[in-house]
Amino acid sequence: MIFAGVPQGTPEAGLDPRIRMVVAHGDDNLVLAQRLGELISWAPELEIDIALGNIALDHLGVARALYTHAGEVEGAGRTEDDFAMRRTEREFLNLLLVEQPDGDFAHTIVRQFFFDVYQRLLWADLATADDSTLAGIASRAAKEAAYHHEFTSSWVIRLGDGTEESHARMQTAVDGLWRFTGELSAPYPDVWRHQVETTLNEAGLTIPDDPYQRTGGRDGYHTEHLGHLLAEMQWMERAYPGLEW
Amino acid sequence: MVTQLALDLRSIVGSVVDPEIPVLTIEDLGILRSVDQVGDEIVVTITPTYSGCPAMRQIEDDIASALVAVGVETFRIVVSHDEAWTTDWITREGREKLAGFGIAPPTPIEEVLCPRCSGERPRLIARFGSTACKALMVCSSCGEPFDHFKQF
Repeated sequence: MIFAGVPQGTPEAGLDPRIRMVVAHGDDNLVLAQRLGELISWAPELEIDIALGNIALDHLGVARALYTHAGEVEGAGRTEDDFAMRRTEREFLNLLLVEQPDGDFAHTIVRQFFFDVYQRLLWADLATADDSTLAGIASRAAKEAAYHHEFTSSWVIRLGDGTEESHARMQTAVDGLWRFTGELSAPYPDVWRHQVETTLNEAGLTIPDDPYQRTGGRDGYHTEHLGHLLAEMQWMERAYPGLEW
Repeated sequence: MVTQLALDLRSIVGSVVDPEIPVLTIEDLGILRSVDQVGDEIVVTITPTYSGCPAMRQIEDDIASALVAVGVETFRIVVSHDEAWTTDWITREGREKLAGFGIAPPTPIEEVLCPRCSGERPRLIARFGSTACKALMVCSSCGEPFDHFKQF
């Protein structure tokens, strides 16, 4: 057999770009919900445990609504479960940032903070979309993203401007995750950077000088972490196809 | 089409309660958008509250049970995201019921009053509370901890 040079499972290649966009945002929210869900019972304090669990639920709810909507617009009978549980790693279109491991609390908060700033801009944009269902999902998610952002930015400031230890951990997290922010901020580069920088300045944290950025999430090229996450998230459906709760 | 049957069913469906705040009906919450008759079929349209509200599925099941209990067999429950739900849709009666139940109804956080003693300027303890819709506060006057239904 001749290898044609086309990667297997080319991500949703034939999909209408509008549907593909809805699925990609669904993937961001699902993958981040799964990451935050991993922390339940592991957060540093009970209140934070509840907060992260609540944020995860919001992202999961957004993902479900977007997948359901994508399936309806596509009209081929795909359900939310088809999108979430029956696609492979190459078919997922999420940003690389959201699949990064939880790390310590600094990494969890910085990852969420970068994403919250992005999602506030995104939902404000989509809230005026011609597609009224998408606009409805977006205008509700916009309020939730703002609420998440209040939580994460206050932690960025408290920890960045905290002890020597908390400051060092926060700066390590910013440095480590920065290379995944290029594709995330791409639609709103200046305003995203400005908003992030304002909070980081207040926290006494700095943006790294290294301009190197890793991208590819929106084309289905992921870091090594996504496959592991999906293996855990999808195993039940893979082991017992069609299983109902 | 809003037939007499649809109107009658609206009061039955509307009395389904929120499983997490059982003092509120889905009519009080404003999530029941419409009950219509389309041919032989009854179509109930609801709009979810918070994206992460896990009670929505239960509410759908409870609506189905309420319809079956009065002999309606041909029905469909539509979850509509067209127009986002906001806490502005909670009725005046719903707000009074919340306060009576010890939950401060949705207002901007600076305007929250203690549901027990009406004390002003309670302190926010946790932004995220026992359910997706609530934050945890404590009264600065009487010391009572209470839930605040977040304004969204």
